[in-house]
Amino acid sequence: MKRLILALMILAASPALAVNPDEVLDNPALEARARDISAGLRCVVCQGENIDESNADIARDLRLLVRERLVAGDTNEEVVDFIVERYGEYVLMKPTTGGANILLWGAGPALFILAALGAMVYLRRRSTSTGPGSDGLSKDEQARLDELLGK
Amino acid sequence: MIAELGHVALVLAFGVAIVQMVVPFVGAQKGWSGWMAMAVPAASLQFLLIAAAFAALTYSFVTSDFSVRLVTLNSHSAKPMLYKVSGVWGNHEGSMLLWVLIVALFGAMASWFGSGLPPRLKALALSVQAAIGVAFLAFILFTSNPFLRLAQPPFDGQALNPLLQDPGLAFHPPFLYLGYVGLSMAFSFAVAALIEGRVDAAWARWVRPWTLAAWIFLTIGIALGSWWAYYELGWGGFWFWDPVENASFMPWLFAAALLHSAIVVEKREALKSWTILLAILAFGFSLIGTFLVRSGVITSVHAFANDPERGVFILMILGVFTGGALTLYAFRASTMEAKGVFGMVSRESALVFNNILLAVSSIVVFIGTIWPLVAEMFFDRKLSVGAPFFEAAFTPFMVVLAIALPFGALMPWKRAKIGRLMRPLVPALVLAVLVALLAWTMQTERTILGPVGFLLGAWLVGGAATDLWSRLGRGPIGGRLGRMVRLPRADWGRVTAHAGLGVVFMGISGLMAWQIEDIRVAQSAAPFEVADLTVTMNEVRQEQGPNYLTTVADITVRGEDGNVIALLQPEKRVYPVQAMPTTEAAIHNGFWRDIYVVIGDKQDGGGYAVRTFIKPFANWIWAGSLIMALGGLLSLSDRRYRVAAGATRRTAVRGVPAE
Repeated sequence: MKRLILALMILAASPALAVNPDEVLDNPALEARARDISAGLRCVVCQGENIDESNADIARDLRLLVRERLVAGDTNEEVVDFIVERYGEYVLMKPTTGGANILLWGAGPALFILAALGAMVYLRRRSTSTGPGSDGLSKDEQARLDELLGK
Repeated sequence: MIAELGHVALVLAFGVAIVQMVVPFVGAQKGWSGWMAMAVPAASLQFLLIAAAFAALTYSFVTSDFSVRLVTLNSHSAKPMLYKVSGVWGNHEGSMLLWVLIVALFGAMASWFGSGLPPRLKALALSVQAAIGVAFLAFILFTSNPFLRLAQPPFDGQALNPLLQDPGLAFHPPFLYLGYVGLSMAFSFAVAALIEGRVDAAWARWVRPWTLAAWIFLTIGIALGSWWAYYELGWGGFWFWDPVENASFMPWLFAAALLHSAIVVEKREALKSWTILLAILAFGFSLIGTFLVRSGVITSVHAFANDPERGVFILMILGVFTGGALTLYAFRASTMEAKGVFGMVSRESALVFNNILLAVSSIVVFIGTIWPLVAEMFFDRKLSVGAPFFEAAFTPFMVVLAIALPFGALMPWKRAKIGRLMRPLVPALVLAVLVALLAWTMQTERTILGPVGFLLGAWLVGGAATDLWSRLGRGPIGGRLGRMVRLPRADWGRVTAHAGLGVVFMGISGLMAWQIEDIRVAQSAAPFEVADLTVTMNEVRQEQGPNYLTTVADITVRGEDGNVIALLQPEKRVYPVQAMPTTEAAIHNGFWRDIYVVIGDKQDGGGYAVRTFIKPFANWIWAGSLIMALGGLLSLSDRRYRVAAGATRRTAVRGVPAE
């Protein structure tokens, strides 16, 4: 009886591995491309996992679909487009740069440039408050600084 | 009965916290010393009451009192004792109780060890700290009472999520919370200083150890979480850029920025208003992290305890505290006059650069984390922001940081010359280039990531060694080594932490660039090769654990010479109570590489699915993190803090056993 329960328990368990051996393509180059593509596609029912890491059935279906397309001779972009067409841009782990996403991608560099400019102005002010010296500003620099400071 | 006592203690703590918030504040405004002094006993009493409530909840868990709703939902009589205890904070209500316990603990410590503080500053800081306590106690009492009873207690509980039944994760939340909440001290002191309108070196000397302690706890907490993910989730990933991970990483980056800028306030009395702003933002991001995790607004792998209705309450707390503090900042920041004067190239400006990199990179993480929400609300787009975005958008800042760090650490205060800095760093640069070349020639695949990561990592470690050497003065080697003993602990701390960062760089890039993976169906006693290893699955058997059933495989790993390197026993467990399977990877830890084996399902044609990984430099990631934390501890034990603030030494010592 105990054995039976044990057996049932183990049968009931869902697969513990993401990529299963029966999915792996014989052609290592194609398989490597499949892994690359899978890492960039989100498992739609999971919480933030890509299909390469997920144990869910739908992730397995997508992995097989990716491999099917690759074997059929699609390029990586064609495979991704094929899947995005069916599931929406939600499946892309790396968001596109199109539309409002430019804010997402541009925020870091823009902030960095702004912060660096602000710091330059601040540092200049701190270093020149020693009084006129060899580090003093030229006329043009001073004018530019005043403009930046809104004087 | 015990649970009701806990509830009563919590209500009383709420009352005491209100008194502690109001009375010292009024006292500080009116200059009544008696009212100000009230903060000290109130802080102790508040802590004791919350500790009593926490003890009551722990008692209910340990004795498996299933009439308490929370125990039923999160515990089970067959669970090992360690997980009965960790079940206390492995859920929403309990973790919030742990949160307020730590808020009160930090407040009480400031009151116990803060006798050297100016009375007004101390009263104001404790009042602000109590206000944080009031907000979260109200949150618990009104929305998340852990002591609710069930009318009909069930026969047994529903148990803790099996993934959480793990020693690494049992201690992960307390460390993270000590870190998050530790930043509340910096926040309270920042707001107190804004009300006072005064920031000076003494203030910085007080704030820095708290920030340092919080940063150490966050470092250990994050490392524990990442280590857990590595061995528990079954594919050996160590960081997923999951919203909940980001929630802990953002305050960590801000805390790192704050503890660097506080040095400038302490030593040079400059960057004052910036430091105050950082203190507000660091705790603000702790609150944002709490909001993200607790509201379930962004569900993720970690969102075990989410509840949308509670989100609004935490959002209000977040709004009141950060919004209020930032408003106060807008009015008062101009009163902070900077004194120190320094050149464009100086340690001060290097630390400004450090702050820009850390703050901007943290904001990048923030924007990436909330972008799916923003895109859906405002642009009607359902999209994902995953690891590839963060790798592309965040990493460049860390690369620049790593390049600049050794220069910055060597720069003198006030004024420096780049040319003069370069000369002592030449050996470090040569070392870094040699290491990168070695990595380039030894790797089998031609990746750029590995060699670049090692270049930067070796540059950081070499830079730290140069930094240490340069502190030892001139003269013969014997004299220099002699001076090493007398070097201030703060110098040791800085050097150690920077070297630790270098080790982390090497670990991450090595693991990501050179991992080898093998997936196959393994037949019993049929050896297969993975890179230079020969792996044999000998036997698979079923066993029974305390509260789970398991499939165990005996796997032998041999090297090229045929000698056995490791005997591994990966498991696949099923927890019957939750009908949930988990994988227990078997890992042979090594200095250069880990051998990581996972067993999967029995296959139709016989044999089992087996995944074998070779993970180079994996342990360097956590070793490096611990070295960084150790650096923090060394710095925390510096003489000037022992003299200035005895409190922090205790905080530091608390962290040691769990390492």
